[in-house]
Amino acid sequence: MVNWSIILNIAKTHLLTKIKQTSIAALGVTFGIGSYITLVSFMTGLNTMLDDLILNQTPHIHIYNKIEPSETQPISLYDKLKDNFTIVHSIKPKLSQKKIHNGLPIIKYLEQNKEVKGALPQVKTQIFYMAGSIELAGNLTGINPLDEVEFFNLGDYIVDGSAEALQNTDNSILLGIEIAKKMALKVGDRIQVSPINGGVFPLKIVGFYQSGISELDAVQSFSNIKTVQRILGEANNYITDVNVKLYDIENAMTLAQDIQQQFNLKAVDIKTANAQFETGTDIRNLITYAVSVTLLIVAGFGIYNILNMLIYEKMNDIAILKAIGFSGKDVQLIFMSQAMIIGFVGGVLGLLIGYGLSSLIATIPFETEAMPTVETYPIDIQPSFFIIGFTFAMLSTFLAGYLPSRKAKKIDPVTIIRGL
Amino acid sequence: MNTVLEAKHINKYFKNPVLFHVLKDINFEVKKGEFASIMGKSGCGKSTLLYILSTMDTDYDGELYLDNNLITGSDNKHLSYMRNKHIGFVFQFHYLLTEFTILENVMLPAKKLGEKSNQEIEHDAMEKLKMLNIEHLAPKRASRVSGGEKQRVAIARALINNPSIIMGDEPTGNLDSHNAENVFNIFKQLSEEENLSLLIVTHDEDFAKKTDRIIQMEDGKIIV
Repeated sequence: MVNWSIILNIAKTHLLTKIKQTSIAALGVTFGIGSYITLVSFMTGLNTMLDDLILNQTPHIHIYNKIEPSETQPISLYDKLKDNFTIVHSIKPKLSQKKIHNGLPIIKYLEQNKEVKGALPQVKTQIFYMAGSIELAGNLTGINPLDEVEFFNLGDYIVDGSAEALQNTDNSILLGIEIAKKMALKVGDRIQVSPINGGVFPLKIVGFYQSGISELDAVQSFSNIKTVQRILGEANNYITDVNVKLYDIENAMTLAQDIQQQFNLKAVDIKTANAQFETGTDIRNLITYAVSVTLLIVAGFGIYNILNMLIYEKMNDIAILKAIGFSGKDVQLIFMSQAMIIGFVGGVLGLLIGYGLSSLIATIPFETEAMPTVETYPIDIQPSFFIIGFTFAMLSTFLAGYLPSRKAKKIDPVTIIRGL
Repeated sequence: MNTVLEAKHINKYFKNPVLFHVLKDINFEVKKGEFASIMGKSGCGKSTLLYILSTMDTDYDGELYLDNNLITGSDNKHLSYMRNKHIGFVFQFHYLLTEFTILENVMLPAKKLGEKSNQEIEHDAMEKLKMLNIEHLAPKRASRVSGGEKQRVAIARALINNPSIIMGDEPTGNLDSHNAENVFNIFKQLSEEENLSLLIVTHDEDFAKKTDRIIQMEDGKIIV
């Protein structure tokens, strides 16, 4: 039977009489856990921000008609040449339309899928921005502005003006900010655009678009889907792209494959399109954990050292305790609980300090041209960090306490009492 | 008279640095209420014997009975329990836990035993301290009392669980004659009034002569 109250009482007395050493050991843990929480919050915040920069505007599945050569050429259908080696020169892309055939019904069909959060039609086209005699090439994308704001955070990238204005104003344009700089335009001005097949359309600028990627901002503009259809002289079922947002990004790949087979369209999922982001995130996480684990191991050695010293100092006490009826296990538990108390107090303090430090960093201004939506350093504090941090604190102090306490368990009281 | 402690054919060897036969076929018993002392020259094995009898040293041949129960070969946990409940110790150096108060030191074995509530234990501890005329020391830190007082505290601690036997390893060896006298009187009183068995290892011939029985040892053997 283990009598916890007395074991904890002895552990507490030992710790309190050596308060300096105890505090230093606990501070080691506090420092380790505090920096872990801060680091991981900061890193996760940074990861989220970088991912958002690209991934938030990127559809989970992007469906379009790809212009490409037919995979099988007619000659392969000819049975008599089946076993022969054929070479076809100058293969041209298959003549097909840019628009998605039956685009609107496909969107309706997709929206019925339970995994799909939203499926948005887009009309993409190349245009020229006309400034006097200068023509700047660019892309104009017809969108449903409010839906784009809801599903793809378009609102974050609009500087000056709003998505509502784009929705409500006929013949309006959300102009890439670099184009506006080049042409010295401001909100409320008009800009003339010309589609490839000719004609000039004046559009009213209702806002600027700034993605943070300046090359993109120098070509990309948005307009209402109907406006673009009108510029192109197409009917209102003319859709070139469908962007799908899912509830769970993990399903993107399988669903993309299904769509590709079912509708004979090109469907690219986000993971295939942005594989490099995962790699970056993984490596940053790896660094965070490597640094934190190192800090905690250092803290663990501190605890190990201090407990070892304590046990040497308390040889007499250990011998007395054993002589008056404490078993080796009791003595081990006394020293183990000291380690765990240090770990617990240090860990909890570390969590608080980590939280405080993260919250502090989150208030420091961090403004950059590239990221219009970011105003302070990115911090992402999640409860799971605290659980992991605390578990690690307890685990490392347990290991650091285990070895010295096992030594205390094995001390032979007779040797000490006889003064040998 | 009941036998409290009995040793049968106890042999012990030291294996380092060379094989050395320390205790050679020790047979004796301590009866209830008996005040026995073990005497002998340094190195005759009397302390070694005491630590075997105390169950702290388990590396020996032979059989040891406490209250007629064989305790040789029990596991460490059981031995700890036996020490806690049935054996009280007094050492030459008055080993107290210096960071605890006198009262806490005395209460410690009883708390470990866990048979009584804290209040009962505290009451018992105060009783023992009163019996030894040191109740005024109760709230003091163990590091703040004199040597003679410490030894009396150690006796109080040894008594707290009302053990079957008290063992002492030169309990007066580190005390001046006045305090040694004092400690002896306490032992004598415990033996006579409480009918407690005592087994004391000592160098002090005067001390030994006043006990009920002297066990004389020489070269690992009991000669008287």
